[in-house]
Amino acid sequence: MTRTMAPPTSEPVVTPPADLTPLSVRTMAAPTPSPTSPNADLAPALELREVTKVYGSAKGAQVRALDGVTLTIERGEAVGIVGPSGSGKSTLLNIMGTLDRPSSGQVFVSGWEVSKLRDDAVAAIRARSIGFVFQQFFLLDNRSAVDNVADGLLYAGIGRSERRRRALSALGRVGLSHRASHKPNELSGGECQRVAIARALVHDPDILLADEPTGNLDSATGEGILDLFASLHESGSTIAVITHDPTVARRFTRVISLWDGKIESGGER
Amino acid sequence: MKTPTKKPPRPARVGVGDRVALGLLATKSRPLRSLLSACGIAIGIAALVAVMGMATSQKADLMSQLNSLGTNLLSVTPGQGALGGTATLPAEAPAMINHLGTVEVAASTYVVEGRVYKTDRVPSAQTSGVSIRAADLPLLETLRTEVAQGRWLDSTSPAGPVVVLGSKAAKRLGVDHVLDTTTGGGVSIFLAGQWFAVIGILEPVILAPELDSYALIGLPAARAIVAAVDDVPVDQAEVPPTSIYTRVLDGYVEQTRDLLPRTASPESPLDVRVTRPSEALAAQAATDASLKALSFGLGAVGLGVGGIGIVNVMLIAVLERRREIGVRRALGATRRAIRGQFLIESIVLAAMGGILGVGIGMGASLAYATSQEWGRTVPWTAIVLGLGASLLIGALAGAYPATRAARVSPTEALRTT
Repeated sequence: MTRTMAPPTSEPVVTPPADLTPLSVRTMAAPTPSPTSPNADLAPALELREVTKVYGSAKGAQVRALDGVTLTIERGEAVGIVGPSGSGKSTLLNIMGTLDRPSSGQVFVSGWEVSKLRDDAVAAIRARSIGFVFQQFFLLDNRSAVDNVADGLLYAGIGRSERRRRALSALGRVGLSHRASHKPNELSGGECQRVAIARALVHDPDILLADEPTGNLDSATGEGILDLFASLHESGSTIAVITHDPTVARRFTRVISLWDGKIESGGER
Repeated sequence: MKTPTKKPPRPARVGVGDRVALGLLATKSRPLRSLLSACGIAIGIAALVAVMGMATSQKADLMSQLNSLGTNLLSVTPGQGALGGTATLPAEAPAMINHLGTVEVAASTYVVEGRVYKTDRVPSAQTSGVSIRAADLPLLETLRTEVAQGRWLDSTSPAGPVVVLGSKAAKRLGVDHVLDTTTGGGVSIFLAGQWFAVIGILEPVILAPELDSYALIGLPAARAIVAAVDDVPVDQAEVPPTSIYTRVLDGYVEQTRDLLPRTASPESPLDVRVTRPSEALAAQAATDASLKALSFGLGAVGLGVGGIGIVNVMLIAVLERRREIGVRRALGATRRAIRGQFLIESIVLAAMGGILGVGIGMGASLAYATSQEWGRTVPWTAIVLGLGASLLIGALAGAYPATRAARVSPTEALRTT
């Protein structure tokens, strides 16, 4: 099953114990910026410049969740963002996903400067440019897999039958065509996460943001999900996976390491 | 680094069909809760529709009744006499009124003193609640009423001791059948000291309900009774008219109404009272309006309570579905889209209640109309108003919870703990 084996990154990742690395793991190699890439001349999928996020009131105790974070994720890249809990991963994910705004600094999604946009324009950017995958899947219990996936297109203004058609095709991409009419409680955890991934990519986003996508899965199922990301990446998707798990991070040739709200390594390629 | 020059994207609108589908989704996934929370609205709307439906049926019935009975009947009675007591009209009054050119037909009843008993064994101290009146023969024609059984007084037995009972009078005297002319069998009652054969029982007289408790005899028989009591010759017996029922040519009712007092009693026209029984009927329907207002009030209270119930259920739904809200925001839903989703859910709930209420209210109203033997009228106004009111209440009740839902912070809602 090994298709791509990138050399281990020279940059230090958060002290990975070498013996945990399975030999047959596919890593997501950084794309060679080829001149044939259709996106070569476009803005990066995601760019953060000097992003700082401070929680707490001006008077009271302040927490600097992010401190001057600058990073760029080019189109077609697959990036692992790793850091221990409390390092600011969730805050970073929320800001990268435009669900939250930084206290200072700039965020660009596909060239749009999010901090300058109104709330509904930002929502529109999420609807077309960003796909979310959550640790706990967050599928709607009372809807079938295909309906859950189709909801990923609801806010992009696409008609019902077209939504359904694309949802079925997205389920095909994650290998779940045969489970389209099943509800989440009839699916395994791994299948639920595949449905969630299909929902995240059904609108063909510029970047797929995954927050601990294997955190609720056993390791074999988790591997399957990571393999899925690898193959999505091969077919051109831009993917950022946030994790505290170094073994997950090791699947990525580019790893951004976060420590105490600051980028320790990997911010720039 | 390329500087962004793209115009900011505009959020796509969620289509109406999709919005309604979203609203129905939540309702379908919790059917019992939805049903229960729609109950308040249903009760309120049911009360409104039932009341309006009953009123519509009743009005339709009254209109058809007035249509068949006519609104051109005037009733001439003595007013409050200056000395009190039983005032009477001049003996010539019926004839005078009959001479008026605008009068189609008129018929009178006349006072006859005396008591009515089922048999001659009843002690004379006891009364039966039935009064004796003499009646002109065209009385039924004038009032457009009929006998329920038997026949009306006629000239073939002018002096015969026969009586026709009003519907209540018959009940009070315990008379349920009339003289059978072929077998000769039948009932007689003891009236002013004589036996009278009951030859007919009247239908309830809608335009002159006072007739219901009378025992009606012919004018010759009445004269004979009075002559015997007063010990005068029959042709001098005084039988004063009490009510002159006057059917007037259509279009001359008001004019005739003004003429009648002076015609009936040229000497003291102020002692004459002229009424229009159809007006009394209409007024009776109008007094039901206060009952209607009361029921409207009850309905409004029901709607208010139902609306508050929906507010409550929707607030709970917002709390329970924070995660869904967070996911939808992550999928690109604007605050407005979230607000719209919860608003439509609330409207769907209320509309369910409205439809249920209209069904129950119509059922009640039709059942009542049937029990009253009224025509079945579908109260379209009530249905439209009921559904409209429920939609409005749904929108009002949903406004605050929907705003709360729109304010839910996606990062809070999606926090993994």
